[in-house]
Amino acid sequence: MARTFSIRRQRGFTAIAMICFFALYLPIGVLVFYSFNAGQSLASFEGVSLRWFQKAFENQHVIDASLRSLQIAMTAAIISTVAATMAALATTRTEPYRGLTLKYAFINQPLMIPEIVTAVALLIFFARIKTWTGYSGLGYLIAAHTAFCIPFAYLPIRARLENMDLTLEKAAADLYATPWKAFRYVTLPLLWPGILAGFMLAFVISLDDVVITEFVKSAGQDTLPTYMLGQLRRAITPEMNAISTLFLLLSIGVVTVFFIVNRKRV
Amino acid sequence: MRDAAGLIEAEKNRDIRKRWLLSLPALLIILLAATGPLLIVLIYSFLTPGPYGDVQWLPSLDGWVSVALERDIFDDTLSLADAHISIFLRSVTLSLVTTLLTLIVGFPTAYFIATRPERTRELWLFLITIPFWTNLLIRTFAILEVIRNEGLINGLLMDAGLIARPIQMLFTDGAILTGMVYVYLPLMVLPLYASMEKLDFRLIEAGYDLYATPFKVLRKIIIPLVKPGIIAGSILVFIPALGAYVTPSILGGGKNMMLGNLIELQFGQGRNWPLGSALSITLMLIVMAALLVYVRNAGSQGSRHG
Amino acid sequence: MPHMAELSAVEIRNVSKVFGFGEFAFAAVDNTSVSIRQNEFFTLLGPSGCGKTTLLRLIAGFEFPTSGDIMLSGENIAAMPPFKRPVNTVFQSYALFPHMTVAENIGFGLNMLGRPKQEVRDRVAAMLKLVRMEALAGRRTSQISGGQQQRVALARALAPQPKVLLLDEPLSALDYKLRKDMQIELKRLQAETGITFIFVTHDQEEALTMSDRIAVMSSGKILQVGNPREIYDAPADRFVADFIGETNFLKGRIASVDNGIASVETAMAGVISATMPKDFNADGEVTVVLRPEHASLCPPDQPGVCQMSGTLENVVYFGTDTHYHVRLSDNETVFTLREQNKPLQGARFAEGDRVGIAIEANAARVLRN
Repeated sequence: MARTFSIRRQRGFTAIAMICFFALYLPIGVLVFYSFNAGQSLASFEGVSLRWFQKAFENQHVIDASLRSLQIAMTAAIISTVAATMAALATTRTEPYRGLTLKYAFINQPLMIPEIVTAVALLIFFARIKTWTGYSGLGYLIAAHTAFCIPFAYLPIRARLENMDLTLEKAAADLYATPWKAFRYVTLPLLWPGILAGFMLAFVISLDDVVITEFVKSAGQDTLPTYMLGQLRRAITPEMNAISTLFLLLSIGVVTVFFIVNRKRV
Repeated sequence: MRDAAGLIEAEKNRDIRKRWLLSLPALLIILLAATGPLLIVLIYSFLTPGPYGDVQWLPSLDGWVSVALERDIFDDTLSLADAHISIFLRSVTLSLVTTLLTLIVGFPTAYFIATRPERTRELWLFLITIPFWTNLLIRTFAILEVIRNEGLINGLLMDAGLIARPIQMLFTDGAILTGMVYVYLPLMVLPLYASMEKLDFRLIEAGYDLYATPFKVLRKIIIPLVKPGIIAGSILVFIPALGAYVTPSILGGGKNMMLGNLIELQFGQGRNWPLGSALSITLMLIVMAALLVYVRNAGSQGSRHG
Repeated sequence: MPHMAELSAVEIRNVSKVFGFGEFAFAAVDNTSVSIRQNEFFTLLGPSGCGKTTLLRLIAGFEFPTSGDIMLSGENIAAMPPFKRPVNTVFQSYALFPHMTVAENIGFGLNMLGRPKQEVRDRVAAMLKLVRMEALAGRRTSQISGGQQQRVALARALAPQPKVLLLDEPLSALDYKLRKDMQIELKRLQAETGITFIFVTHDQEEALTMSDRIAVMSSGKILQVGNPREIYDAPADRFVADFIGETNFLKGRIASVDNGIASVETAMAGVISATMPKDFNADGEVTVVLRPEHASLCPPDQPGVCQMSGTLENVVYFGTDTHYHVRLSDNETVFTLREQNKPLQGARFAEGDRVGIAIEANAARVLRN
């Protein structure tokens, strides 16, 4: 007797999906597993040890790069989220007006250009400014990160705004709330989950960036990803697994929060 | 009578002014640190390379010429630059195959997630989202760990005595392809899922009611309805794949370059910024063409569904 | 300055609201004037797209008139932003703030007005009592039923004691039974608070049962204003007659008029006595209207009893009454009539029967064309 017919079932789809999930997690699992390897080699597991984590924590380069990564990501995420929130308010819930399409195109532009092209462009542009001004601090990296984070922060905020019931603000105005009060007591509290989601998206995107950072950074401005890229090109040590595992943990933490925030639908 | 129409018009203009003011910071940042510099790349592509990198302000078409052609050192004749052309072809082929493979794997996966019951669906979605949020470099590194000579596969095979010496998998086109499919897969699944989530399963019921087989339902109902998701996913995979830099540079090594690596080379050891700029613009044009196809399709879809 | 007692609650003076420009321009409200009295339950009735909601939004301040004035207790508020108007709205979708509790929603308006905390608290408590929602004060609005949300929306709009309460199809999202209950509830609230209610609906039954006066709207214009009985019994024109209840239209020619009663010669029904509208003089072609409940079936070919005859096309049972559709002898006009069902009495006629139609005295009216 065959199983009962299900309208949702498509032959083989579940199997492919299972293989897909397995294949997605196998390499990550291997990576994490070997970060606890007591031995040097990936070919053999020689018992559980935290020595590679310890080694990573004692590595001043790793600590510096991590702190720099967090500093850039935090700054870029805050600035881009504020800018994106304002932009989202300016581009949603309105009749089309002159320049609206241009704004969309502009805001989403960093998503549409291959990263390598933007990286090259910034390399050239910032190299000029560096020679003109003599300033070579983290400002360039922060500016670059902020720019490519804006479309990511913009996405969930705009989505939230567009799903928001316009009559709520009408109701607030009807109940004597001035435009500012309506924004403060109605729009902003309802928008908050979107802003938070946008911030986290921006934070992670900035934290993960390799290409643009690699091209824009001055000497001694390695972030954790560019440091890792440099190491990967030389020799691969289990220390890299340990760093990756920690990085992974951070990403999973942020995505978990993101999920919870986004699930709370009002 | 008071001029109410004028009042409304003034109010409207004030609103638009306010909206420009609000979007100004975002626009300025993007202009300064993303869009504006692209123009400089265009200018640089028409200049002469400087001896130690950078450029000399002498107009020249050499950058553009050497995108596809090379000048013989001895007699100055131009011939097709085989190295560049093979990199172009490799980039486009690998990106297209990556897009196709992610679609073949991603479509059933997205469908699987979309057809889960409400409660477990969130979990599956979560599982696909984690790799999406995980650093691309780390995911590439994870693949590296699996396929390198001292890696998981070779280790297991040698332990089992199936091979005496490691199989060279790293630094091949296959390695790049594996890596790109792996890292870009979530980019395909998420938009596919987004459009499948909106799928009205009553339409599928109607299909079965009207004697369609499961395969016909898939081909005639599901695929046409989720086409916007298929297009969005394909674009989302194709664009970064074409400009990929990290994955080919780690898994492909110095020989199996893609466009991204070729561009980087011109700004590094190659010291040919104009050529690098011209290559960048070329890459951008290909991407624009792909986007144009997307906008066309998305536009017609949108109007059809009102 | 007129005396306070004569002052209208709301007066709409030659108001137009045009959307779009040039050839796409569309007058949602078209040079309309109406005066709404203090403390009345006033209903704007019309099909969707007739402009009733736009007119309500003009009074609320969500739209501004293209031309004309809106007077609220003698003050022109046409250009005043909504948060300055002493007018509150109950929205069709309720528009309760999802991030606030029931009590916070009700207190919102007073808080925005900067009233002292204690006053807000007292007033919220009074409002909760008024709409019988005391037990749910601390609930989120997403945790209460549709009927309860409706009550909260009412309490929220009433809390700041507006001069006028605007209700935009507030009952349309409720199911039949609950809607009936809320209709009574609304009447009670209006009587208790003494606030002028302006109620928008497309449901003629709702309008007839609840309103002191009704304005029937179509294509941006108000066609007739009157109390429910006037609107139903003496529709001003064909649209009103057709929109409110079911109506039969019979074409005829006026033979004579005597003391407001016209004798109309119709092709189908012979001569019918029909009431002429006030101040209306006409001769020649006119239309006579007749409500279905003012006619009854009778055996055919009984001169003196039946004015018309035809073939009974179908019989529809409605529980309280039965509707009959009769195709008249011209083979074109279908006449509808309605008879109340009596206990233990089956259908007197079957589909396909030849039947006569008797018209009650004083039931027919001549329409103003």
